[in-house]
Amino acid sequence: MKAINEAVVTFLSRSANEGFARTTAACFAAQLDPTLEEINDIKTAVSEGVTNCIVHAYPDRLGLVTMRLRLFGDNTLEIQIKDKGVGIPDVEQARRPMYTTGGEERSGMGFTIMESFMDLVKVRSTPGKGTAVTLRRKISRRVGGA
Amino acid sequence: MAVTCRAEGRRLYAAIEGEVDHHRAREILAELDRQLQLVMPTQVTLDLKGVTFMDSSGIAVLLRVYRQTLAWDGALRVVGVPEQADKVLRAAGLERLINIE
Repeated sequence: MKAINEAVVTFLSRSANEGFARTTAACFAAQLDPTLEEINDIKTAVSEGVTNCIVHAYPDRLGLVTMRLRLFGDNTLEIQIKDKGVGIPDVEQARRPMYTTGGEERSGMGFTIMESFMDLVKVRSTPGKGTAVTLRRKISRRVGGA
Repeated sequence: MAVTCRAEGRRLYAAIEGEVDHHRAREILAELDRQLQLVMPTQVTLDLKGVTFMDSSGIAVLLRVYRQTLAWDGALRVVGVPEQADKVLRAAGLERLINIE
């Protein structure tokens, strides 16, 4: 399927950019006329994805995070969050609820939140090369909407 | 200020404001920890009505306060939870553990 609109942003893995990333994704999604709940779900999932890059992909250095936003004709929003960090040795384990290598400050619920707020969560990771997380969410067409 | 606290004896009331994400969680946790050590409360009320956004970092914050309070045989109540934060906490099943009003 061909995207009808696309935007790509690249930013440093600084925690201050978590807010930037979720607001950017929400602005891009706004063209689909989403409900407030849909916007909040998107912001929450993006926040989890980007935080993973900041905490885990680049544990002791700053690196680049690329977020690609795409919109398809069937009202689906796709968000890909990609890094060139350390990668995830065991993706299945990383996706498990409560699993974290981030210590007491992290809950290990990032992937669980992404999974429950999005229609699809796909993870591709190569240790030493990086990780790409793809999130997809179909935005409902509102009755009486254009 | 991210956290505003009020203590009466061993009762602690703490209100969190603004966004609770990984970027701000450390500052919020540090202040809550400081207050918990100071008051050693048997009753903690955590007010989230001023929270404009929360992700799983907020779950870690709540779990930390819960464990600390439990260590003193205290009770934790979480009040004023906005819709967005509520959805996050429930997706993690936190309402089974913590009294969320």
